[in-house]
Parts: sequence; C-alpha cells; structure tokens
Amino acid sequence: MPKITVPLGPQHPALKEPGSFLLCLEGEQIVDATLRLGYNHRGVEKAAESRNYIQAMYLIERVCGICSHAHATAYVMNVEELAGADVPKRAKAIRVIIGELERLHSHLLWLGVAAHEIGFDTLFMYSWRDREMVMDALETISGNRVHYSMNTPGGVRRDITAEQVKTVLAKVEALERRIKYYIDLATQEPTVIARTKGVGVLPKDEAVKRCAAGPLARASGVARDVRKDDPYLLYGELDFKLITSDACDVFGRLYVRAFEMLESCKILKQVLNWLPEGAISVKIPVKLPPGQAVNRYEAPRGEDVHYLKSDGGLNPARVKVRAPTLANFTSVDYMLKGDQLADAAIIIAAIDPCFSCTDRATIVTPAGTGIMSWRDMRSHGIEFYKKKGIDFSKVKVF
Amino acid sequence: MKSIREQVVAWARKKSPWLLHYNSGSCNGCDIETVAALTPRFDVERFGIMLHGTPRHADVLVVTGAVSRQQEKRLLRIYNQIAEPKFVVAVGACACSGGVVHGCYGLLGGADKLLPVSAYIPGCPPRPEALIDGIVKLLTRIEGGNK
Ligand code: SF4
Repeated sequence: MPKITVPLGPQHPALKEPGSFLLCLEGEQIVDATLRLGYNHRGVEKAAESRNYIQAMYLIERVCGICSHAHATAYVMNVEELAGADVPKRAKAIRVIIGELERLHSHLLWLGVAAHEIGFDTLFMYSWRDREMVMDALETISGNRVHYSMNTPGGVRRDITAEQVKTVLAKVEALERRIKYYIDLATQEPTVIARTKGVGVLPKDEAVKRCAAGPLARASGVARDVRKDDPYLLYGELDFKLITSDACDVFGRLYVRAFEMLESCKILKQVLNWLPEGAISVKIPVKLPPGQAVNRYEAPRGEDVHYLKSDGGLNPARVKVRAPTLANFTSVDYMLKGDQLADAAIIIAAIDPCFSCTDRATIVTPAGTGIMSWRDMRSHGIEFYKKKGIDFSKVKVF
Repeated sequence: MKSIREQVVAWARKKSPWLLHYNSGSCNGCDIETVAALTPRFDVERFGIMLHGTPRHADVLVVTGAVSRQQEKRLLRIYNQIAEPKFVVAVGACACSGGVVHGCYGLLGGADKLLPVSAYIPGCPPRPEALIDGIVKLLTRIEGGNK
C-alpha cells in the first residue's frame, strides 16, 4: 500500500493551538509522525532580561494563560532563594490555594477539550460549565479569572478574608460532587471507554525513557510528582495521594486527571480550614546578590523547571523555562505510531499540550561540542556529587 | 435603497456570523476566554455565533495574541482563504498592540500590522462579557453595511 503524508496544523480544527504534525499513513494507520514546534515563539526569556525582577514576574506569568500561577510561582521561588528571603507561611498557603484551584480549572478544561475531541460535546459543555465555579473562586480571591497575579517576590499581594474562605469552600464542596459524577461518567460510559481504552499506548519503560512528566507519566505507572518527590511551599505537610494508573493509554490519563481533581479538592479543604495567621509578604531588595537558582513546580501538566541567574544588577541575567509539555512531546510520536488517523486528535490532546509554554528557543550544538548522552550525564552527576561527599552510584534508575 | 436580495443577505449575515479562531502567538489566556464565551454560562450561540474549524466557512477571523514571525505567512494565508466579506477581530492586549510582550524579537506586533482589523477587544485577557460586547458591536456595524 502506498504511503500518504497528511499534514495536521498549524491551523487545524482538531488543534486549539498552532503546532504542526506530519503524519505518514498506510491506509488509516499512522506509521510515522514528525513534529514541528515553535510557531508561538515570542522571546519571553530574552525580554525578561530587560525588565526588573518584579516586572519580569508579570511577564513570566504570561508565558502561559492556563498555568500562569505555576510559572509565576516557580519564578518567584527562584527570586526568593537568591534573596535568601523567608516567605511567611500564610503566603505559602495562599499560593497553594491558587495553585490547586488552577489545577482544577486546568483539568476541567482538559476534560472538556478531550470530550470534544472524541465527539462527546455534551461532556464538553458540562465540564466547562462547572469550570466556571473554579473561575468564580479564583476571581473572588484574586480579582481575575486568568492571570491572577497573586504572587510578588517575597509573598502574595492579596490576603484572603474569612468570607472569601467561606465562599471558596462552598464552591469546592459543590465541585467535589460534580467531579464524582465525572469520575462515574468517565469510567463507566461505554462511548468514552470505546474511544479511549487501548488508544495512544505508552508503556512504563518508554515513559521513563522519554522523560514523560505529569499526568502522562503517572498514567503510565511512573509515580512522579514534584509535590511528593521534592515538596515545595506547604505540600510536605499536606495529606494527599499521588494518583497513578497502569492503564498506559488515554483512558489512564483521563482516570489520573479525574482523581487528581478530587485530591486537589482535598488539599483545598485542608488549607482553607487551616490558614496560618501572620503576614502575607516580606520585603525583598531590588537588587539580588549574584548567583543562580533552580526551582521545580508541579504544574497541572507536569514538572515545570525554572532557572534564574543574577549578576547583582537590577534585572535578571538569565531566565530559563522548561515547561512540562516540552518533556511530553517526545512521547507523542511514539504514541501516534500504529494508531488510527481518527485517534490522532485525542492522542495529541491527551498530553494536554500547551504550545505557548513549550515554544522556547533551543540552541542545537553540533555533535562533540558538549552535548551529553543520558549515560554520560549520569556518570558526570555521580562524579560531581562524589566531590561533595554524596554517593549516588548505588541509586537505582528505574 | 438596497434591493430585497441585499437586505436578505445582510440580515442572514448578521444573524449567523461564523468565527474562525486562530492563536497567532498568544499565551492561551485569551483562547480559553474565547472558548469560555461559547460555553453555557456565556453562550454566544444565542447570537447565532458559531466557532468553525475552516477558514472557508468563516465570516469573522478572531485573532488572539500578537503575531509571531513564524505565523506571519500562515495567518495571511488563512485570511486570504476566507470568503468576502470578512472581518477581523483582535482579542486581547497582545493582538491589539503587542501587550506585555511588545517588542519581543520573535514578534511582528499586533494583528493590525498584518491584517485590517475591524474590532479591537482590549484586556489581558478580556472577560467573556467583553468579548460578547465586542462581537455584538461588530454585528451592529455589519448591519450598517460598513467595515
Ligand atoms: S492579552 Fe494577555 S491573556 Fe491575551 S494573549 Fe496576551 S498576555 Fe495572554
């Protein structure tokens, strides 16, 4: 059978954002997929270098409109680390609240988009209607529906009043009931199961090899979550479960996200019922001492890594963002291969891609100029830490 | 005085404008608010507005985000594929003028650097209510017969 190449994107009814896929087909089956990114590259990292630390925060927040709090928080955590600031507990609690509300809104959004991709528009409308409850809660606290701008270097900008706590708690409880309904629906509705079971399979070893992050990795049985592995803010003191699934397909991703929403509600109730008293921010100097910082944040889509370098001046010397979707794209071509063309949209949507987060500049250096393989990098890391007196050579890597 | 045919066409056009939404370099904030406008709480379908996937069916091109250099050619091509009469709506501060990312090296600038924009909806991102307001204003102008 002759092979046909079908372009998908950058403008395509099935994609909400510009990304381009070249699918090589044999009949209906996808035999090869090539990915082209970068349509949304704006140059945010460079622009951050010409703004001061506070201005840069508002810019970094606009790397992504869906997980804006994730980027802003990872960035301010870097600033605070460099400044050596001790952020008050109340500020951390408020950041957790916004972060979990953001996860709820992002997962509900995803549920709607995924339902739309499998042709289940009723569920799309349902989940987006309920998402408005989260948006209302976010608006009550921050005054904004998107881009909450709650963070500021050293804490948060707005306090939460007792009435706001009550309103948000009521909304979270109402939402919990709806989420339980979605869980029933997603796990029992035959049409959903028929379109998602066995589609876009990513086995555990492939997920590890391809460095999958977030719900994609967890749905392939890799228990990886920064909130558990390297707790930041208050996550170390909170009680929540890490949801994984061994289904390894789109159904597993649906399952993981649905149950994660319940966990988010649980976290929200804990934090809202137990808000530490005290100040909401501390002062941070305009100029930071020279140094570098790296912080990780579990965004709704996975691990978000931020790097910040200061040279002692007013502006950051370098900001680098590694968004979770970039890590997940390497798995997409594997998942597409062998599946039907009709499933391409849901497979791509199942990683919850965010192109505006992903489209960062990457410098590709020719071979032999310092690029390391996975094994080289590991032995380099082991050597590096040996000098500091820590021996990692015994640690098993999956 | 318009002929009966023209009047009927103008009426039909006003009652069912189909949108094509294109993300030309936005941060997604404007996109999720655009989609939110279609969902039950805001429901722009009551004005006959529907989101469509192909430029050939669309009357209104909704551009979100500043136009990135990578998208320049693609956006122009999409615009050229839309049948006349066509209208462009710039949604969000970025699409209006470049907004927070104004002057970034990867960007061309606001949507009006490339396309004739009929309506600007400011905000970062604009609330769905603002979007509805903007589109309804555009519809009133379509009725009046000018761009
Ligand atoms: S106007 Fe704001 S929300 Fe819209 S694309 Fe620009 S930065 Fe994002």
